[in-house]
Amino acid sequence: MNATTLKSTAPTSLPNQTHPAHPHRRKSPGWLLVSPSVALLLLWMIVPLGMTVYFSLIRYNLLYPGENDFVGLENFEYFVTDTGFMPGMTNTVLLVGSVLLISVVLGVLISALLEATEFWGRGIVRVLLISPFFIMPTVSALIWKNLIFHPVSGILAAVWKFFGAQPVDWLATHPLLSIILIVSWQWLPFAILILMTAMQSLDQEQKEAARLDGAGPLAIFWHLTLPHLARPIAVVVMIETIFLLSVFAEIFTTTNGGPGFASTNLAYLIYTQALLQFDVGMASAGGLIAVVIANIAAIILVRMLGKNLTDKA
Amino acid sequence: MMTLKQSRRLQSVLLGTLAWAIALLLFFPIFWMLLTSFKTEIDAFATPPQFIFTPTLENYLHIQERSDYFKFAWNSVTISFGATIIGLLLAVPAAYSMAFFETRLTKQTLLWMLSTKMLPAVGVLMPIYLMAKSLGLLDTRLGLIIIYTLINLPIMVWMVYTYFKDIPKDILEAARLDGATTLQEIVRVLLPISKGGLASTALLSLILCWNEAFWSLNLTSSNAAPLTALIASYSSPEGLFWAKLSAVSTLACAPILLFGWISQKQLVRGLSFGAVK
Repeated sequence: MNATTLKSTAPTSLPNQTHPAHPHRRKSPGWLLVSPSVALLLLWMIVPLGMTVYFSLIRYNLLYPGENDFVGLENFEYFVTDTGFMPGMTNTVLLVGSVLLISVVLGVLISALLEATEFWGRGIVRVLLISPFFIMPTVSALIWKNLIFHPVSGILAAVWKFFGAQPVDWLATHPLLSIILIVSWQWLPFAILILMTAMQSLDQEQKEAARLDGAGPLAIFWHLTLPHLARPIAVVVMIETIFLLSVFAEIFTTTNGGPGFASTNLAYLIYTQALLQFDVGMASAGGLIAVVIANIAAIILVRMLGKNLTDKA
Repeated sequence: MMTLKQSRRLQSVLLGTLAWAIALLLFFPIFWMLLTSFKTEIDAFATPPQFIFTPTLENYLHIQERSDYFKFAWNSVTISFGATIIGLLLAVPAAYSMAFFETRLTKQTLLWMLSTKMLPAVGVLMPIYLMAKSLGLLDTRLGLIIIYTLINLPIMVWMVYTYFKDIPKDILEAARLDGATTLQEIVRVLLPISKGGLASTALLSLILCWNEAFWSLNLTSSNAAPLTALIASYSSPEGLFWAKLSAVSTLACAPILLFGWISQKQLVRGLSFGAVK
């Protein structure tokens, strides 16, 4: 028996593929070691989801216990026709879309700027740029709300006054835009962090060769850097989508979804149904709609990136 | 006429200045929070905002009095460390078997684990809330530890898996030839080699747990509330406590900010599921 067969391992689940016994080869601990994680995640996924499906089909309000009749799709009908539903959907799409756009476009430009040339204090600049990502959501929301956006004593009010303009009450008059700004502030650093690291692995010799061939910086960026960034950008889009679909704390601590439904996203709408109106049935129907939307996004993203991700992993 | 060297130098200075300007702009809210934490409440609310003032430590001294800071901080610490330790205990064996005993199902299992992250928290808010309630886990640290472990498990398995993948199998073969059991093989050979990778996995999990603010806001009230919930309680409009809010925020964010700075390179790998190294 040679070294290659020694290295190959025998999966217990497929006994017909096992190689002849070898004194040094350990029987694969395979599923025995994976199973705790898989079982827990399976439970975590299936049990609550099953309960959500069940709750969504019955009348279930914590304020009126005992009235748990089967109502079919009534909860879905109520949720979809609720006055908050359309704004909630639109705001979710706007929030996810604009934050993705801002963080990817600015992330590429800023990390390209950082890698373009050597300059004094580049290490410090890097640390400053990625810092907002590590600030907890409730802190960033409140700091922006009170110290930046406040119409009297906020920094933006001072800047506006300096230029002779009337200070703006950001959270009251532009609630969604304000939330988008706060969330972008948190997630742009994430894009910079990933893209910066990816750019450092770009072959410098290749760049130098292109430069010697007379390619300008823009041509190098377009034909060399951007293609190299395709995969990291895909990663940024996927991870951010997961988190942005359920932005909650930033809304909870600043606008409470208002005024009206102006800054309510799907996650916040479901929260108000569930824990403020105690309507478990309707909240569950909303929750299932959120799950379906996330899965549509996931299928699209995994189609785009799934292969990309496992190829190298 | 500028020489090539001079023009390169000028370019570098200009681009460097631009980069510094952007970095300072993005960092400004954090800097401003730090500055405000040393102001009196009157200075904090002054118009126009004050950059020069007499600093005071009063806010930091009053934090404990106003809000029992240490109780919340201790909750954050126990919940984050609890979930991270349990997460590692589950992730290391799983990643070991997937990295060294790969089967046809390994890739699918990994992708499936990732897909559980696609399940939005609000989708299961009611069942989790009601289950926690009936199991007596509402507003307990154990409840949050269980949830955080499960939320971060896919990321931890992925991350440890990518580190284990880089270890040559021959090293483990050698241990096996010496008659080591699976447990000995993991503890004596694998863990020492992958110390760095496991440390960054733990750091990432700590950061994610520390900053998590959906379940902590919805499932805790007073007993098990971590720092995210304490900060959220400052959003109520009862009076203006900006300086104190800034002080408590600074304390809540400082440790994680330090962790993040130290481990930025390794975090990229974890956060990108090994796709960017």
